[in-house]
Amino acid sequence: MIPFRIHTGLVAPLDRANVDTDQIIPKQFLKRIERSGFGEFLFYDWRRLPNGEVDPSFPLNQSKYNGTSILITGKNFGCGSSREHAPWALSDYGFRAIIAPSFADIFANNCLKNGLLPVVLEEQEVATIFQRARELNGYQLTVDLERRVVIDRENFLASFPINDFQRECLMAGLDDVGLTLRHDADITAYERHRGH
Amino acid sequence: MIDFAGKSRAVEFRSLTFLNCEVHLMTKPRTLFEKVWDAHIVRQPSDEPALLYIDLHLIHEVTSPQAFDALRENGRGLRRPDKTVATVDHNVPTIDRSLPIADLVAARQIEALRRNCSQFNIRLFDIDSSQQGIVHVIGPELGLTQPGRTIVCGDSHTSTHGAFGALAFGIGTSEVEHVLATQCLLQNQPKTMLVEVIGTLPEGVSAKDLALGIIKIIGTDGGTGHVIEYAGEGVRSLSMEGRMTLCNMSIEAGARAGMIAPDEKTFSYLKGRPFAPDDTRWDIEVAHWQTLTTDREACFDRVVRVNARAIEPHVTWGTNPGMVVPVSGVVPDPNETANDADRCATQRALEYMALAPHTRIEDIKIDRVFIGSCTNGRLEDLRAAARVVKGYRIGDSVRAMVVPGSQTVKRAAESEGLDYIFREAGFEWREAGCSMCLGMNADVLAPGERCASTSNRNFEGRQGRGGRTHLVSPEMAAAAAITGHFTDVRDWHFK
Repeated sequence: MIPFRIHTGLVAPLDRANVDTDQIIPKQFLKRIERSGFGEFLFYDWRRLPNGEVDPSFPLNQSKYNGTSILITGKNFGCGSSREHAPWALSDYGFRAIIAPSFADIFANNCLKNGLLPVVLEEQEVATIFQRARELNGYQLTVDLERRVVIDRENFLASFPINDFQRECLMAGLDDVGLTLRHDADITAYERHRGH
Repeated sequence: MIDFAGKSRAVEFRSLTFLNCEVHLMTKPRTLFEKVWDAHIVRQPSDEPALLYIDLHLIHEVTSPQAFDALRENGRGLRRPDKTVATVDHNVPTIDRSLPIADLVAARQIEALRRNCSQFNIRLFDIDSSQQGIVHVIGPELGLTQPGRTIVCGDSHTSTHGAFGALAFGIGTSEVEHVLATQCLLQNQPKTMLVEVIGTLPEGVSAKDLALGIIKIIGTDGGTGHVIEYAGEGVRSLSMEGRMTLCNMSIEAGARAGMIAPDEKTFSYLKGRPFAPDDTRWDIEVAHWQTLTTDREACFDRVVRVNARAIEPHVTWGTNPGMVVPVSGVVPDPNETANDADRCATQRALEYMALAPHTRIEDIKIDRVFIGSCTNGRLEDLRAAARVVKGYRIGDSVRAMVVPGSQTVKRAAESEGLDYIFREAGFEWREAGCSMCLGMNADVLAPGERCASTSNRNFEGRQGRGGRTHLVSPEMAAAAAITGHFTDVRDWHFK
C-alpha cells in the first residue's frame, strides 16, 4: 500500500448525496480479475450522455478539474455494494483523498486498505469547500494525515477524526495481513481453545 | 418514547441513548451481538481494533480473484480451507446451462474461481452442482449458516445470515484476502441498534414491506456504524425466509449487519440440513444457541420501535431504497421536501425515473417484472408470488421472469408445480443466480424500461443503464405482472 502522510491536490466537486458504488464503478466492469485499470471506467454512466457522448456538465469532464486528486462530495458516499473495485477505480483515476460529511462503512474500510483517505468533515466545512472548488480556478487543498487537518491557501482549516491505528497503518503503508500474521500463535491458541 | 411507522407525518424516529447504564464488568447484561462478538475475540489491545475470528467465509467469482492473486504474490497460504465455501452466482447465465458461457469475460472469472478453489482445496458449488445458487441462499439451505457464528463474504448482502443469530457482514476484497490468510479480521466494534417491531404484519404485507418501511424511517444511512438487532412480536412471527429478507436489507439502511435471536423456528429450519450438527451434537448445540439472546437489562446505543399493523405494501419511487411510499400513496413533490438537499435529490430521482409528482403509485405502468435475488428468491417468496399469479396471464406488454435463488429452490418449486403456474401465466422460468438484481449477466433492462423488482437496490442503472427499478415484495411484483401496473395486493382476487 502506498503510504499517506500529507497530500496537496486539485479539488473536484461532486455535489450529490448517497453516491453508491454502482455509480462509482458500474457492474459491467467488475468482471476483470485484476486490481488495476479501473480508472477509465470511474463514474462511467455519469460521464456520458445516453447517446454515448461525453457529458460536458459532469465535473470530471471539465478541463478545470483535469489532474484532480481530491474529491469533495455529499453524505453517505460509497453506499451499496461492497465492491472494492470502487476505491480501485478512484485511486486508479488519481484520487488520493475523498472528503464528505459521512461514508458508508464497507466503502470507508475498503479505502483504508488501498491508501485512499476518507476524510469526514462537518456539513458546513464541506459546503465551504464545495463553494471554493466551484468558484475558484485551480482550487487546492492539503490533507495532512499526521496532523489530521485539511487546509487551503486561504483561511480554511478543519480537523478530521481518524483512529490512531488506522492513521499509523496509512502513514506507514502497512499491510494488515502481515500485521495479523504476527499474531499467528494467538489465532492458533484461539482455535484450540474453541475446538476448531 | 415509542415511535410508530405509518400514517403520522410527524417525526417518526428518535434515538435513545443509554449513557447512564450501569456497567458491572463481570455480570454486565449483554446484547445478542455482544455475546457473539465477545466469543470471537482472538486479541483486543486497548488502542487497536479487535482481531475477530471468522467461522465461515463464503466466496464467489466476482470479489475473490484479486484476493487469491495477492496470496500468491505474497507467498501466503489459505489458513482454513475447511471454513471456506465457494459458489458461482453473480455473473452466471440463467438460461440453458448445457451451453458454454457466451460472455467470455464472465467465463474467465468463473474459470479463475475454479482454478483458485482447486489450488487451495476449497469446496466449490459450481455451475453444474445441484446445490449451486446465490451465496446467501445456499449458506442457510446447506446448514452452513448457524446461530452464533461469524460469517463474512465479499458481498454486502451477507447481512442475510444474521436471521439465524449469526454475526454476518460484507467485506471488500482486501478483507477477503485477510480472512483467507488468517481466518480473522481486524474490526472496530460497531454500535448497537434495536429495531423492535410491535404487533404482527397485516395480511398481504410481507417482510420486504417491513424492511422498506424501516429504511423509510431511519434512512439509507440510519444504520451506519451499527449492527441492528430486530426483535418483537412482528419479527418473531416471521418465518425464517421472512427474517432473512429483513436482515438482508439491513445494508440498505447502512448497517453492515442485522441479527435476530435464534428460536425454535431457527432450530427446526436447520435440523437435518447437510452441514447442520448431526444427532450426536444437536442437543449440545441447541443448548448453546438458546443462550444467544439479548439479556433483559442489556443496553443499545439506539432504539427504534415500529408498529407492524401500520405497515402497508411498499413501492419505491426513486433511486435509493429510502425513496419509498405505500402502494396507496403518490409520487412525492420536490417542492414539499424538508430542505434544499432533499429537493434536489427528489428532483433528480424523478427525472431519472421519468415520474411526475403526485402520480398515484397504482397508475404507474411497468414493462418488466423480476422475481428473485438474495432478498426474495427463496421458496416461500416463489410460493407467495405463485399464489397471486395462479389462474391469470401476465399483461400484454409485460415481460416477466422468475429466477430461483438456488437450484435447490428451483427443484422444490418444480416439485410443487410452481413453475407450471408461472409458465402458464407467461413468466420465464430460469436457472439460479443473482441475475437481474445487479445485471452482471445478460439479464438486464433496456434503457427506459420500468421494472417491478423483488431485489434490493433501485440505484440508477443497477439493472441496466437507463433502467428504472421499483422495489417491491414478491406478491406485489406478481400482481403488477398481471395488471401491468402497481396494484395493491391486499385487494387481490385469488383464484
